[in-house]
Amino acid sequence: MSEFFYMDGFAVWVWSAFGVTAVAMIFTAVGVLRRHRGQLRQIAQRHGETSPNEPRD
Amino acid sequence: MRSVIAASLARECLLAVRQLSDLATPLLFFILVGLLFVLGLEPSPEILAEVGPGVIWVAALLASLLGAERLFRADLESGALELQALGSEPLTLSIIGKLLAHWLVTGLPLILLSPLLALMLGLPQAALPPLLAALILGTPVLTVLCALGAALTVSLRSSGTLLALVVLPLTVPVLIFGSRVAMEAGQGGAAEGGMLWLGALCALAASLGPPAVAVAVRISLE
Amino acid sequence: MMADRRWRWFHRLGSPPHVYSLAGRLAPWLGWIALILLLAGVVWGLVFAPPDYEQGDGFRIIYVHVPSAWLSLFVYTAMAVACAVGLIWRMKVAFAAAIAMAPLGAMFTFLSLATGSIWGQPMWGTWWAWDPRLTSQLILLFLYLGFIALNRAFPEQQTGDRASALLGVVGVVNVPIIHFSVDWWHSLHQPATIAQFGPPAIDTAMLIPLLITAVGFKLYFLWLLCLQLRSELLYRERRASWVKAEAGKIST
Repeated sequence: MSEFFYMDGFAVWVWSAFGVTAVAMIFTAVGVLRRHRGQLRQIAQRHGETSPNEPRD
Repeated sequence: MRSVIAASLARECLLAVRQLSDLATPLLFFILVGLLFVLGLEPSPEILAEVGPGVIWVAALLASLLGAERLFRADLESGALELQALGSEPLTLSIIGKLLAHWLVTGLPLILLSPLLALMLGLPQAALPPLLAALILGTPVLTVLCALGAALTVSLRSSGTLLALVVLPLTVPVLIFGSRVAMEAGQGGAAEGGMLWLGALCALAASLGPPAVAVAVRISLE
Repeated sequence: MMADRRWRWFHRLGSPPHVYSLAGRLAPWLGWIALILLLAGVVWGLVFAPPDYEQGDGFRIIYVHVPSAWLSLFVYTAMAVACAVGLIWRMKVAFAAAIAMAPLGAMFTFLSLATGSIWGQPMWGTWWAWDPRLTSQLILLFLYLGFIALNRAFPEQQTGDRASALLGVVGVVNVPIIHFSVDWWHSLHQPATIAQFGPPAIDTAMLIPLLITAVGFKLYFLWLLCLQLRSELLYRERRASWVKAEAGKIST
């Protein structure tokens, strides 16, 4: 098991590359999902009334 | 068709001559960038001769960018651009005239001034003819790309940094081929490959550039 | 009549409510399949794929680097196609799709740069070696950022859409030229002492997990594209009647 995490001496690089990728992809996904939910909520709130402008996100 | 281009060319040249200070600023900037590079680097002949072509190209790039920012501004504000777009003659033709004029009043002086900069940077004699040839082929591409960016951003109040962000990545191939040609020649190598590529880029920009700029102008007018 | 029917799918792609609901139906499938493929590919790549005989386990960075590099170019091409469709057929949905893709593409470009640099460190002994591929990726990142900045710069959404669309089309003509010129620059600049990474003569046991992660990355992109496109359409069409109808569905 520890050999697996040691990665033949490349642990720092392999794990940081995978880590950076995971963090970036999860952050992007969370951001996109939040924006989507926010838009849905805004549309639901505006239902029946007409306000002239609202923030983009 | 030719008369539309000629009329546009003559008009632009006349306007440029009347505004000599606008003409001179990019040229002074060109020399100034060269000077700043020398001061920022070490003024030893070996280093300067090595980085010289690159410095000249970067300076030419920035100077054409500076010169392009006001390319369509006055015509948009006076409504002349709209008249051209609505006129019976194709907009592309008057754009060709405008680009030609712009190259004549900004690109050509840059080429004529570049030997001075080459002298300041101590470029080897052998590098000068290829450098000039590369500039003759490369500056029209820069003119077209900068004009495209200028046409897209003309309706924005402050477009300077955006123009740079939009245009500069597109100019990378010209910069690479142009400075390599002079560098190779300075070191006694052959430079045909780069020169051929510059020629191809120049042909591409000359053929596709004016219609693309015309589309950009129409978008900005909407 | 035949031609009409054959092109109906295309015309329907021009209708915001149709695309909105289509994206909504596709999104969960894409998301879950992407998650499964990504997990499978990463575990396979990290645990079961054999180590490279030259780079040992260091080569495993390939499973995140190469898919993001492939995707960064794919997204730019797709974005430019959407831009061209928008300009030619004046299709609003195409513009919305283009700007929905741009931040995702920029993210993948950034990832390929970051992982490439991390991979380069043990191989070259430096974080940044002006490797031609990394250099082209850096320029690609700037192309993406210029596109986004231009799109956002205009007070009128429509002008921004069309201006950035033209930039996208010009950019996609430029991308191969940039790649070639940077390669050429590098080949003259220094002899090939620096090892090139990427998949040269890769073993099948290493290739399968790479393909799985690559498909996983692409589905992940499509999933987020669906959601982004929905947000973008809701925002742009906020005064349209179909959005009000959607709002009715949400609140009940």
